[in-house]
Amino acid sequence: MTISTPVQPGAAPAPALPRRRSPMQRAARRALRRLPIWIGVTILMIVVLYPQVWMILGSFKSQAEFLSNPALSLPETWRFDNYVTALTNGNVGRNYLNSIIVTIPSVILIVLIGVAAGYALEVMIWKGRGGVLLYVLAGIMVPGQMILVPLFIAYFKIGITDTLLPLIITYTVMGLPLTTFLMATYFRSVPRTIFEAATVDGSGPLRSFFVIGLPMMKNAIVTIGLVQFFSVWNDLLIALTFTTRPAMATIQVGLLSLGDEYGSTQYGPLFAAVSINIIVLLIVFIGLNKKIMAGMAAGSVKG
Amino acid sequence: MNSIFGDRKTIFILLGPALLLYTGLKIVPVLWSFGLSFFEGNTLRGFEFVGWDNFAAFFADPAAIQSVKVSVGFAVVATIGQVTLGYLLALLYVFGLRRGSSLVRTIVFFPAILPTVAIALLFKSFVAVGQNQGPVNDIINFFGGESVEVLASTSGTMITAIAMTLWTSMGFYAILLYAGLLDIPDEVLESARIDGANGWQLVRYIVLPLSLPILMSSIIFSLNATLKVFDSLLALNNGGPGTSTAPLTLYMYRTAFEYAEYGYGSTIALVLTMLSLVFTLAIFKSSRKRVEE
Repeated sequence: MTISTPVQPGAAPAPALPRRRSPMQRAARRALRRLPIWIGVTILMIVVLYPQVWMILGSFKSQAEFLSNPALSLPETWRFDNYVTALTNGNVGRNYLNSIIVTIPSVILIVLIGVAAGYALEVMIWKGRGGVLLYVLAGIMVPGQMILVPLFIAYFKIGITDTLLPLIITYTVMGLPLTTFLMATYFRSVPRTIFEAATVDGSGPLRSFFVIGLPMMKNAIVTIGLVQFFSVWNDLLIALTFTTRPAMATIQVGLLSLGDEYGSTQYGPLFAAVSINIIVLLIVFIGLNKKIMAGMAAGSVKG
Repeated sequence: MNSIFGDRKTIFILLGPALLLYTGLKIVPVLWSFGLSFFEGNTLRGFEFVGWDNFAAFFADPAAIQSVKVSVGFAVVATIGQVTLGYLLALLYVFGLRRGSSLVRTIVFFPAILPTVAIALLFKSFVAVGQNQGPVNDIINFFGGESVEVLASTSGTMITAIAMTLWTSMGFYAILLYAGLLDIPDEVLESARIDGANGWQLVRYIVLPLSLPILMSSIIFSLNATLKVFDSLLALNNGGPGTSTAPLTLYMYRTAFEYAEYGYGSTIALVLTMLSLVFTLAIFKSSRKRVEE
């Protein structure tokens, strides 16, 4: 843009007319040049949104309506029958409850233990803390499959396989390495003088953690908490491994069996069960998308 | 001052729970699993030391070799796809939409937080045939083609799995790479523009080399994530038709927990761990070399 301006005056033979038109022409040319971008964005939006909208609309349709009128039409009447069927027939209601029971304590444990460890590794000064941080970091690389068999044997021997405890314990352990590492990095960016000033004022290091460290990490805690929430809520592998009977299944395991059950015959209840997931997560996402996106990006670059 | 921050009791209280859980339930099980891969059997039957037999069996087992092919093939194609799409989207955000990209970024990102099982069921219905035909076949019918039973074939299943993975994760990789592109100083781009670089040249000679580090970490991250593919292939088509699209993770799960072969299952888990290690190191090394050149 900047290069072409000095050439133009010499190239234009009749300066009076074109000069008056040129702003409009330029605007039109610019709009034309932006056209491919807007076409691209439109296609992108259709690709991203259409499947979700299709599924949510489908969840409100009756089976007959779904078949006669499939593509992208609004339901004739907004019926909640499918939701009622999905939540009452079978275990979907129970599955959601199980997921909540498992996810909330897991995320709280991961974040609390992780932020404490991060403080001990970054703010406290002691010999060997670098080595311990590396030791924790090594755990991020190891796939979950490597610990499933021993944990299965151990849980069986202790006799807790008929409860949801194995899930909570395993999720906590799986989430800890990354959380500890990220918390340590966040503490690194806090100026040391803040903690030192507290010590001068007579606060012990443990008190400083609860009074200064923890409140200061509020943002980091929410961000990492959200990331861990999604990874626990969306997990299938661990839930599948440690679920011994249908009444203990989390929603992902429940959806999997629902897919087998309804898959080819009846779409309504299946779509409703999936749509609940999409709608709930959408509400969470609308409120917290900045934090979620920042957290997931932070979690991966280091991983 | 240092003695206060070196207080052993505080360190013990704060770090103790994390180290105890991590060592007891992650490191010990990893070593235990490593050991188990040299045994045969399960807790009910008892274990028998078999040395390297499990590894020999693995490489002679057609189902195992097929699962390695599925995992590696999926990882390579999905990684190329999602990093390329993510990069193109990031370029669109930075150079095409500029400041107005926030809403688009957020919308495209959203599928990344949805459960894979839910997405797999969505895509399964999307390509369905028969009584509850999905839109994909409706479109094929509209253009006069016959309905295709996509999930009846190995390649159809893999293509659907790749498509759904790209659909889910492209917005996520776009955000990752977008952050990297924003780090490129405006002066560098501006001076290249003044030197007469056009759009393509700008990307090829300025933007791409400068975003190489973040591209490399995205590739490593993506390979590590996609090598462990499990939910999508299981929920989409149960690893089928037959077991032709069962990845290593699923084969391991079935061997250990459906057939109760704890020893052989551990061997498969170890192979998976080794594979992700090798992939990471290979990419890491090649990127080092390129940077040095």
